[in-house]
Amino acid sequence: MTTTQTPPSDTTSTDDDFMAGELPTRRQDKLFEGITTGAGILILLTLAGVAFFLVQKSLPSLELPAESLPNAEDIGGYTWPLLFGTVYSAIIALLLATPLAIAIALFMTHYAPSKLAKTLGYVVDLLAAVPSVVYGLWGIFVLAPFFVPVYDFLADTLGWIPLFAPVVTPSGRNMASAALVIAVMILPIIASVSKEVFLQTPRLHEEAAMALGATRWEVIKTAVLPHGRSGVIGGAMLGLGRALGETMAIALVLSPTPGLIGFAVFTAQNPSTIAANIALSFPNFGGQERSALFATGLVLFVATFVVNYIARRIAGESTGY
Amino acid sequence: MRMSMRSRALTAITLSSALVLAGCGGDSSDGDTETDAAAEDSSASEEMTGSEEMTGSEDGLSVSGTLNGAGASSQAAAMQGWIAGFQEGNPDVTVNYDPVGSGGGRETFLSGGATFAGSDAYLDADELAASEDRCAGDGGAVDLPHYLSPVAVAFNLPDITTLNMDAATIAGIFAGDIANWNDDAIASTNPDVELPDLAINPVHRSDDSGTTENFTDYLTQAAGDAWGYDVIETWPTEAGGEGAQGTSGVVQAVAAGEGSIGYADASQVGDLGTVAVQVGEEFVEYSPEAAAKILEVSEQATDRPEGDFAFDLTRDTEEAGVYPIVLVSYHIVCKQYESQEEVDLVKAFMEYVQSEEGQQASAESAGSAPISQNLRDQMTPVVESIATAG
Repeated sequence: MTTTQTPPSDTTSTDDDFMAGELPTRRQDKLFEGITTGAGILILLTLAGVAFFLVQKSLPSLELPAESLPNAEDIGGYTWPLLFGTVYSAIIALLLATPLAIAIALFMTHYAPSKLAKTLGYVVDLLAAVPSVVYGLWGIFVLAPFFVPVYDFLADTLGWIPLFAPVVTPSGRNMASAALVIAVMILPIIASVSKEVFLQTPRLHEEAAMALGATRWEVIKTAVLPHGRSGVIGGAMLGLGRALGETMAIALVLSPTPGLIGFAVFTAQNPSTIAANIALSFPNFGGQERSALFATGLVLFVATFVVNYIARRIAGESTGY
Repeated sequence: MRMSMRSRALTAITLSSALVLAGCGGDSSDGDTETDAAAEDSSASEEMTGSEEMTGSEDGLSVSGTLNGAGASSQAAAMQGWIAGFQEGNPDVTVNYDPVGSGGGRETFLSGGATFAGSDAYLDADELAASEDRCAGDGGAVDLPHYLSPVAVAFNLPDITTLNMDAATIAGIFAGDIANWNDDAIASTNPDVELPDLAINPVHRSDDSGTTENFTDYLTQAAGDAWGYDVIETWPTEAGGEGAQGTSGVVQAVAAGEGSIGYADASQVGDLGTVAVQVGEEFVEYSPEAAAKILEVSEQATDRPEGDFAFDLTRDTEEAGVYPIVLVSYHIVCKQYESQEEVDLVKAFMEYVQSEEGQQASAESAGSAPISQNLRDQMTPVVESIATAG
């Protein structure tokens, strides 16, 4: 009895409150609108503030006297190899991570029993929660030495390809190891975005394919992958954004050679990346030289911005994401 | 950590993980434990003297206040030992040392932001002139070599703990010209060692470093044409090799890869094999004593103010028993300060640092080589003469 009575009385009281308190509610509404608008403006101001700060701090780098930068003539010559290293390492990582992430996502959505898929989903998300410095330490102490025999084998058999040119660095601190570590780091975001778009493949498409006698692989090939393509690309771009800005893992794992532009991934001479170089060089650079680091930071800021913009564009076109 | 950061606090926080993990993680933890040990020792000796008045600086008075220094990170571990030891006797003093780097330290000192500077290089002529404005009176500042640290050339080869090399061989290895361990240049000075057929992987500091500067200074002076890159703080791109961040990074990289060789603060090389360097007719292993001898055979820089102890190290010396790859780091102090408080603090601290006890503290916390008694006797009057202007 009591339970059936309570809801109506509740409703009435709320209605009463609403009727009586129309004015205060509207005031609260206004207040809340103000807070959220403020939050929105704040994020824009922060972004603008960062951009302004970077531009202002990096301007003096244009007037840096020659020879004040290590192994570079001017700010352009200093930034260019770093930008190359940043993009190069990120692209290798992306090429390593994307196929694996798609496979994981397909396994979770189409092959694994739902319980296992759920657990696996948690584990993959957990990978994203590991701090990058931990990945860096893991990379330098475990992954790099572990892969040295693989590098040795590839350099011995395929060393004529410039990519695999010897001499392999015996500690494994090279571009290949750095890219592998980043690949593990960007795996979760690509996998989870891919999983979401694969799940949203219209049931009808898949059933239609099956009705035509398609095997599970053919269903994936004809229905799931085409539907999810733009979503996967969007996820990969988000991963690329993270890879571009990755700092600690690269700072720890990569053996940097300032001023170098080279494609060999197994040797001890590797182009460094912008983010890692800022972290490593900041304590050494004083006064005006520091502006060069800010300038490279500005370049990275713009590059990441562009990548994210492209990612949003592609992801926005997708029906699933 | 007793080193407080001031204006660079934010930077320090942002980069602290980089520094702690990539830079001096191993150093500082070692330093801490040994500093504690040193602190216990000195407190024990105080208990034995049993009198309150005895605690304090050498003139018997305990000073108080805050002393700010900034400069070379090479001294950071030693500075922990010095600060801990000094504060044992002067509990009311806070000594802050900001390890911003040598150049940054000199800049901060000359602009008045620090009472003393730590620097791997002595003041150049321009900076000496600037120091006359910065310091009270017109005496300017002086350089005191308080920190001597042998730099070891360490390698990772199974079952080999020491190798003899001359300077030209070391230069050839680090320039990439000698690429295999069984090269004749190495074999000829090591007839009794069976050298493996293994590629040499030279490891260098990827960050700007006083260690690199001192190491390449040695190569430039002693190796002749074999080293073509001059004295440098930043490793040249063309010389190749593997780059690693900080002393601990180099040691880690060498330890991780068989066939690797690197140069690093001798106290940090651990179990790695080390190179005995040819000096004259013999091969000298690094040791604190052998390292301290370098100042005895080196000439003091010319055109320096009175009381200045800037040394141009003679690394191509042929004197027996001298280990030539040594990092010398200075403390830069004014001869005259504005206030009596500054004078008391600087004097007490510098007296402690160059005392036998202070040198022992840094030897324990940073593995440095204690300065010789002879040099101490020469520097003592200079430190004692620090005074207020007028």
